[in-house]
Amino acid sequence: MPEIHLWGALRPAAGGASSVEIEAADIREMFRKLGEQYPGMEPHIARGIAVSINGKIFRDSWDEKFPAGAEIYLLPRIQGG
Amino acid sequence: MSMDTSFTNQKFKSVGTRPLRPDGIDKVTGRAKYGADANAPGQLIGRILRSPHPHARIRKIDASKAEKLPGVKAVVTAADMPDLTDGDKSMFDVLENCMARTTAFYDGHAVAAVAAIDAKTAREALKLIKIDYEILPHVTDVDEAMKPSAPVLHSKMFTEGVEPKPNKASNIAKRTEFGHGDVGAGFQEAEVVVSRSFKTEQTHQGYIEPHACLASVGPDGHGELWVCTQGHFVYRNQCAQLLGMDVSKLRVTASEIGGGFGGKTHVWCEPVALALSRKANRPVKLVMTREEVFRASGPTNATSIDVKIGARKDGTIVAAEATLRYSGGPYLGAWAELGAMTSFACYDLANVKTVGYEVVVNRPKTAAYRAPSAPMAAFAVESVVDELAHKLGMDPVEFRLKNAAREGTKSSYGPVYGPIGIGPTLEAAKNHPHMQAPLGKNQGRGMACGFWFNFGGQTCTDINIGIDGTVTVTVGTIDVGGSRASLTLIAAEELGVPYEQVKVVIGDTGTIGHNDMTDGSRGTFSSGMATVFAARNAIKILRERASKTWDIPLDDVVWEDGQAKAIGESHGNLAPMSLKEIAAAAGNTGGPIAGHNEIVADGAGVSFATHICDVEVDPETGKTNILRYTVIQDAGKAVHPTYVEGQYQGGAAQGIGWALNEEYIYGKDGRLQNAGFLDYRIPVCSDLPFIDTVILEIPNPNHPYGVRGVGETSIVPPLAAVGNAVSNAAGVRMTHVPMSPPRILKAIDGARTN
Repeated sequence: MPEIHLWGALRPAAGGASSVEIEAADIREMFRKLGEQYPGMEPHIARGIAVSINGKIFRDSWDEKFPAGAEIYLLPRIQGG
Repeated sequence: MSMDTSFTNQKFKSVGTRPLRPDGIDKVTGRAKYGADANAPGQLIGRILRSPHPHARIRKIDASKAEKLPGVKAVVTAADMPDLTDGDKSMFDVLENCMARTTAFYDGHAVAAVAAIDAKTAREALKLIKIDYEILPHVTDVDEAMKPSAPVLHSKMFTEGVEPKPNKASNIAKRTEFGHGDVGAGFQEAEVVVSRSFKTEQTHQGYIEPHACLASVGPDGHGELWVCTQGHFVYRNQCAQLLGMDVSKLRVTASEIGGGFGGKTHVWCEPVALALSRKANRPVKLVMTREEVFRASGPTNATSIDVKIGARKDGTIVAAEATLRYSGGPYLGAWAELGAMTSFACYDLANVKTVGYEVVVNRPKTAAYRAPSAPMAAFAVESVVDELAHKLGMDPVEFRLKNAAREGTKSSYGPVYGPIGIGPTLEAAKNHPHMQAPLGKNQGRGMACGFWFNFGGQTCTDINIGIDGTVTVTVGTIDVGGSRASLTLIAAEELGVPYEQVKVVIGDTGTIGHNDMTDGSRGTFSSGMATVFAARNAIKILRERASKTWDIPLDDVVWEDGQAKAIGESHGNLAPMSLKEIAAAAGNTGGPIAGHNEIVADGAGVSFATHICDVEVDPETGKTNILRYTVIQDAGKAVHPTYVEGQYQGGAAQGIGWALNEEYIYGKDGRLQNAGFLDYRIPVCSDLPFIDTVILEIPNPNHPYGVRGVGETSIVPPLAAVGNAVSNAAGVRMTHVPMSPPRILKAIDGARTN
């Protein structure tokens, strides 16, 4: 089951945990289940969350699959100038 | 046709060359059309009335006299711009920033607007609008705003990111945290520790062109907007949402842009112009003055940052932590969050922790500024890193090299790095002649590193082959720094045609699919990727047309050097068919030839830079002269090296201005005191030496050409590089940006006294 690492601002929505396990094959499924299991995360998901899979950051592509054993980090949706 | 975005180590003929810029003649002859250059029959002039108070409740607006003034065709207030944001808090903030509703939150906040037959009448009308304000206490300083005694801007703002949720409102909008390991245990191991507090003042991007637009909305609900923007599709979506229009019925055309740097990434005056036009049923031209740009567009944050780093005597950093407080104007942003992510991104750290606080104050709504939030964090961290190197008796480059992140390092913001360029930039700095050049009296050298993420996003590109074989590439990303040249090179590379045979245009919102704005250093990265794939789609059609003409299988036709070639012994007598020949016959082989691609260009590679700076500080006046400056940065692949160098130089120039001069100065009355380029001084040519550049190319594995963004990283190190140089020259650690002459003199005097 993929371990999803959370940055600090998300942790209160997960009871203070720095990571949660979510049975998900891709980013879309992960966000859906995160919202279901941790409703406090829904505003953050609506505002935009980026996902790092093995160091490659995805801001928009919710189709991206999780390879087995992938390192997955949720990150703020980065803004730029 | 493969749309694999992986780096392929392709050999180039066009990419990497330095042809003349396609927009050059228009810009130097004045033919290029900017935001204020458009006019329409019957147009009115729009002007905005702004709050003179930093914080005030709006009890009543009486516009009756203004409405009766001859020549006035419309007056709008918040009542004409109802809340249609449907619970979208960030868009509501944008709406409220465009036009104050019940409260003016900063000096310059828009409270009403007028459209009149000329500017004189519009200005006169503004004076006739009477606002009944209840003046409220204000706070403009980030540290003051965090105090329990500070006036609270929003009665329903309870700090996000803390558990349990606070039950008392405050100006601390959000707390965030990053890091790994055990910082406490790490500091126990430390043999040398440096801990300091820093402040950086608010600065403006300083784009030369003010916000400007020409808006026209008819009674049928259809509208057009000509506007200076970094993202016309984003402006269309935002304006349509805020005004209740159908997105498809608002056509937005982007003008040339006289600088944006993040400041033109969301709407400011444009919805107001559209609202005026809709009410007046006439086109409305609205151009912000320079004073308005300073008071009421989106500067960057002021910050207050504490940094503590500990190392063993062998130079290994064992623990690092930072607390970062960023002012966001009156609204929640993600600025401290970005600062917290980027602070220690250059280093390989076992124990690291960063905490960010987003703070609201009575200043303008902040916007992104080139690698937003990273320069301030780098100033604080790289100053402490430098001081730690001195205390350890180590060369500052060697100290950084020893602790630099590398492929496989767990970054301070979480993920493990792929191939990255911080080590190579430091090696290049170590070996650069600049590092060995002699220094004179009152002179000092500083160096610093910087990191930025870069990103891609939604992108859409069309390629159309003309009947004469020339090529039009239509993109939807605004050209803020040379992307038309780089995209021309990419199309020429793929199609195998000369640079001069390709023209890149920025399509309006009615001609091409949605494109995110040009920010995050994404223009050449993402539109370049879409152009590669669009060209390859066009090539597939070109091959099909040749195979049809020759009546041979498609698999027997290849595309080489801008020609279709038949392969195989049985086709040996077929001469290659040029693009021009295929294009001329298109009408009889299936019609127009085009290639299209839409993509979400994720996977932009992170970018690192190292800067070296020499300064001379006059100990009598505190004035600093920049003597020499070198930028070393990883570009992944420099598509047009001259433009890449220009980006490096531009970022360094802006950073030098930020480091030495630029500053929003507020009086005790909460009003901005230097809203003009005479009192807010950006560097001019005579302030700067030639900025030397070194381009490194460590390919991004997630782009076919290896391209990384290059536009932003170059502004990250300068505050710290200049700070370290000034500190070395003056003999005292500088902790407050800008390092203006009075601050340097104060620091020198303080050091003498101590």
